Amino acid sequence: MNDGATTTGQGNAHAEIFGTPIFGPALAQKGYALNKMCFSFNDAANRAEFVKNEAGYCAKYGLTVEQTEAMAARDILRLLACGGNAYYLAKFAGILGLNMQDIGALQTGMTVEQFKAKLLAARDN
Amino acid sequence: MARIVGGLATSHVPSIGGAMAKGLQKDPYWAPFFDGFAATHRWLDDVKPDAAVVIYNDHGLNFFLDKMPTFAVGAAPQYCNSDEGWGIPVLAPFRGDTKLSWHIIETLVGAEFDPVTCQEMLVDHAFSIPMELFFRDKAHSLPAVPVVVNTVQHPLPSLARCFKLGQAIGRAIESYPEDIKVVVIGTGGLSHQLEGERAGFINTKFDKVCMDAMSGDISQLTRINQHDLVELSGSQGVEVMNWVAMRGALTGEVRELHRNYHLPISNTASGIMLLENRPRLAQAA
Repeated sequence: MNDGATTTGQGNAHAEIFGTPIFGPALAQKGYALNKMCFSFNDAANRAEFVKNEAGYCAKYGLTVEQTEAMAARDILRLLACGGNAYYLAKFAGILGLNMQDIGALQTGMTVEQFKAKLLAARDN
Repeated sequence: MARIVGGLATSHVPSIGGAMAKGLQKDPYWAPFFDGFAATHRWLDDVKPDAAVVIYNDHGLNFFLDKMPTFAVGAAPQYCNSDEGWGIPVLAPFRGDTKLSWHIIETLVGAEFDPVTCQEMLVDHAFSIPMELFFRDKAHSLPAVPVVVNTVQHPLPSLARCFKLGQAIGRAIESYPEDIKVVVIGTGGLSHQLEGERAGFINTKFDKVCMDAMSGDISQLTRINQHDLVELSGSQGVEVMNWVAMRGALTGEVRELHRNYHLPISNTASGIMLLENRPRLAQAA
């Protein structure tokens, strides 16, 4: 998640926070088309159109090859690196029928049960 | 003149809407959260506010990155909820109060805040769910003014700035010429992070700092910069900005009447708070 760390306007003075993309100027520009596509998923007809022809729908919104591949692979970490924003990507997760524990597990390399256990363990912090 | 009777805060996780639609309020997973509203219901039944100002963040329903306001104020007679794409039920429309909205807007601009004004605005789960959680059968008839804070795209307004926004909203309400009782609500938080390898991050110690600061020393929060806030609260935990703005609007003597803290609700540490606001003049009288 080094995108932007060296890019103008990205808060260069701050140290990186582990595993935490900062959705600022660099990622917001890089991910604009991707997020615009995900924003369109607010509409049920658009969700249906995407499901019918994923690659075609990505092309319609002008996604890069890398973004299109990351969509096809359901690779959340790569989608984030490509400028995806958590709130917009969550609408894609909705299409996939995944909840936030599923998404959390995918990103942390845990099983869903392990991820839920991690959340519960925070009670003892 | 209008009177600010108190402040309320609650988390606004989308799946709360799903749980409400399925009637899961007494389910063992959900009860520790929903039971936290009983005290706020008793207080609201007693105080009977006439209007609510609701400070929240939009998650890509009304605002997209093409036009992303730092602050926006609704000025519509009615606010509709709509499909947010993640399968939670769409709620009935909410009632606005254009007169109060424009009074707040005029006061804010007079105080050198320059919000986007919205005569049409969709309200997402961060507005609609707290309205239903707190006001139940009155949620769709109680006049409300939505205030949106950008928590999506950095640079985010600082906590200090959010607090000052709240103070200006408080002064606006207090100078409103109608004899009404207003409650101010901040939604979102507490600590959580949805994305990245740090997904699932929760910080109970910092959440306690946030809740304690609501009736204690608010500078514990307003001195934190936005980068440190992300580190302490998680990427989406920054929504506590809405709580800080709500707290800013309580211009009188503030007393904590109730708090509820439970985790996890989805990936979030949930917080509910009820703050009483006693106008200083009324207290002296």
